[in-house]
Amino acid sequence: MDAFEILFTASFWVAAIRIASPLIFATMGELICERAGVLNLGIEGIMVAGAFAGWVTVYAGGDLWMGVAIAALAGAMFGLLHGTLTVPLGLSQHVVGIGITLLATSLTYFTYRVVLPQVSSPPRIEPFRNWAVPYLSDIPILGPALFNQTPLTYLAFVTVAVVAWVLYRTPLGLAVRAAGENPAAVEAQGMSVTAIRMGAVMVGSALMAVGGAFLTMSAFNSFFFEMVNGRGWICIALVVFGSWRPGKALLGAILFAAFDAYQVRLQQITGGVVPYQIFLMMPYVLSILALVVMARRATYPKALMIPYQKGER
Amino acid sequence: MSTAPSDSAQPVLRLSGITKRFGALVANDAIDLTLERGEVVALLGENGAGKTTLMNILFGHYVADEGSVTAFGQPIAPGDPRAALDAGIGMVHQHFTLADNMTVLENIALGTQSAWSWRFDRRGARARIAELARDFGLAVDPDKPVSALAVGERQRVEILKALYREARILILDEPTAVLTPGETEALFRTLKLLVAKGLSIIFISHKLNEVMAVSDRVVVLRGGKVAGERVTDETTRQELAALMVGREIVLPQAEPRAPGPVLLELTGVSTNGEGTQLDDVSLELRAGVITGLAGVSGNGQGAIADLLSGMIAPSGGTMVVAGERITEWSPRDALARGIARIPEDRHAVGSIADMSVMENVISERYRDPQFSRRGLVDWHAARAFAEKLVRDYEVKCPSPDARIRLLSGGNMQKLILGRALDPQPVVILANQPTRGLDIGAVSYVHERLIEARDRGAAVLLISEDLDEVLRLSDRVHVISKGRLTPAFARGERSLAQLGELMAGHGMENAA
Repeated sequence: MDAFEILFTASFWVAAIRIASPLIFATMGELICERAGVLNLGIEGIMVAGAFAGWVTVYAGGDLWMGVAIAALAGAMFGLLHGTLTVPLGLSQHVVGIGITLLATSLTYFTYRVVLPQVSSPPRIEPFRNWAVPYLSDIPILGPALFNQTPLTYLAFVTVAVVAWVLYRTPLGLAVRAAGENPAAVEAQGMSVTAIRMGAVMVGSALMAVGGAFLTMSAFNSFFFEMVNGRGWICIALVVFGSWRPGKALLGAILFAAFDAYQVRLQQITGGVVPYQIFLMMPYVLSILALVVMARRATYPKALMIPYQKGER
Repeated sequence: MSTAPSDSAQPVLRLSGITKRFGALVANDAIDLTLERGEVVALLGENGAGKTTLMNILFGHYVADEGSVTAFGQPIAPGDPRAALDAGIGMVHQHFTLADNMTVLENIALGTQSAWSWRFDRRGARARIAELARDFGLAVDPDKPVSALAVGERQRVEILKALYREARILILDEPTAVLTPGETEALFRTLKLLVAKGLSIIFISHKLNEVMAVSDRVVVLRGGKVAGERVTDETTRQELAALMVGREIVLPQAEPRAPGPVLLELTGVSTNGEGTQLDDVSLELRAGVITGLAGVSGNGQGAIADLLSGMIAPSGGTMVVAGERITEWSPRDALARGIARIPEDRHAVGSIADMSVMENVISERYRDPQFSRRGLVDWHAARAFAEKLVRDYEVKCPSPDARIRLLSGGNMQKLILGRALDPQPVVILANQPTRGLDIGAVSYVHERLIEARDRGAAVLLISEDLDEVLRLSDRVHVISKGRLTPAFARGERSLAQLGELMAGHGMENAA
């Protein structure tokens, strides 16, 4: 098989969509936060916490969907902490975000050790199974990729649609976008900037955690250290790549995932002639290039990273 | 004479005993104010007199330390803009509160529909906006993004926002500060219409002519207190000015002097860049002469200011400074040759908001031996210099370490003036040096510019305020579409003739 034929195999696209799913959740989460004016650098740690919370719930005997709910709840709690520090208290969003990432990651590993003190290899759970959509999954290539995945992947796509609808078609979305552009406009219309931003950070963080949970409950069946592996940071870049628009960010996530799936397959066919690190690097190099091209014209939310203090002169 | 409201007619709005302190500063001191139905009350005062603070309390951005607000007989909960909106109070803020990433319609309807509704009702909002726009003559395209609107249009959107919420009381905070004369006229017509429809208006301003033109009654604030209250028809500009400042203000008039040698000369200069650029411009700046540049903004004033301050170099023609033809040109070269700059926008260009007064005053000269020792900043010298400027230029400022953003506009401008004038520059570029300043500060800036001229400096005064240009300048050019008329001596052209030239009529045969 040569490098070009890979693009026409169903297994490649199946992998691309699977790799994209956690990115889609977390990117939507980050996008909501940033649209409201809060950069959430806690994303990486919140994904780790979500991955663990979902997995450990199922390990302890919970239902899979219960695991997703617990992961979301854990994410929302870290969101609550992030929001409290950055919104009413107006602390630096960079510092708080990095702090949340360190805290969530360390707390997760600590909890893991407390829950499972004696194990050398992490136990497995029964993850989400693929569910083929009748008829649609029979379409060549596209069918297996889009319609024979786990329910969490379908949920990721539904999330994009819901986020897009809410942001652009509802009064609430209007308020969120205004809070990220000019919070004074929100206050002058009698709404609470604090409530809107807190809500956005909590909901966004919950989605990030579900993105993490996808890794332990759908992509794999176990929890490892380092398994999030920088995906959170990629999502920050995907939000910029998508110009803070849900649809474009979705495309970005799929594009990045496709690069990733592609490089794995390229490694196999070149058979060791080219050092494998080159391939590992490829998705990142391509995303930097894509960012350079796409982000130049991006109009970012103007109040992003600026704390809003009521009545400040 | 003051008008006490009769007991039978209930005022639509009553502020009683409002006091607000910021630390040691008493911004509002036991202020009483009433507003009757269909009345325009002007709230007049210098920058820092407490006008905006008072209105921010009324609208719920601040909570007053003492006092109460009642609208239509009902007390308004303090510290909650929603309560003010619900009571029928609308506010057009000095700095517009619009989200640039959304359309006019979205901005107007923001927050008026239930946040939990699954769908934003665009159609209903559009119909209502169209109706209001028709009734009040406020034409705007509801689907235009706000970022594409001119300043005057944005203000119309702000007024529509208030009307959309059925405001019966409208507060306008310095509404004309950013408007062109034409837009100001349009605003005044709108206000008349609003009052005719039964709204009551509070008009905050420090401009006497506007206050005289639009208000029924004037409340003057000074130093956080009500300094006086007058019925507009029974008072004069002079009386209001004296109340506002606390003393008689006479704007200085420059006496003519004998011109000295040419210090800066442009011959056939053109420029390349963004915005309106210069096209074959010739200009002479002489020692001991204030050269005025009159024109409607956006006709090349920015280019000529950038050129003199070293931000851009000429793309054609010659520039001679102090007898030397310029080949290399940068802001540092301009400073080194003794060109002082008073920038048009003191916030964005003239100062660095979050740096201290001390850092700001040495920002043009931190490399001079006076402020640097072996490559390190001499902070003792910087502090001494800042203290000297604060003293010499009568800047009200808590300490040289205070962030410059905490200074009022007038004090910031005095500091920038001091920074520019202290090194005894040979050429002074004063671009809109008094925009947004109150009358006391205006007179101060003018005095200092005349003083610098008398010392032998060449001053280029760029201003949209024709009165200012005519009162100060020894010679006047009119700039239009990047071209300059020849210089007119003081009094050679009438106000009307200059106005014609500013509009671009007869530039070719103006000589």
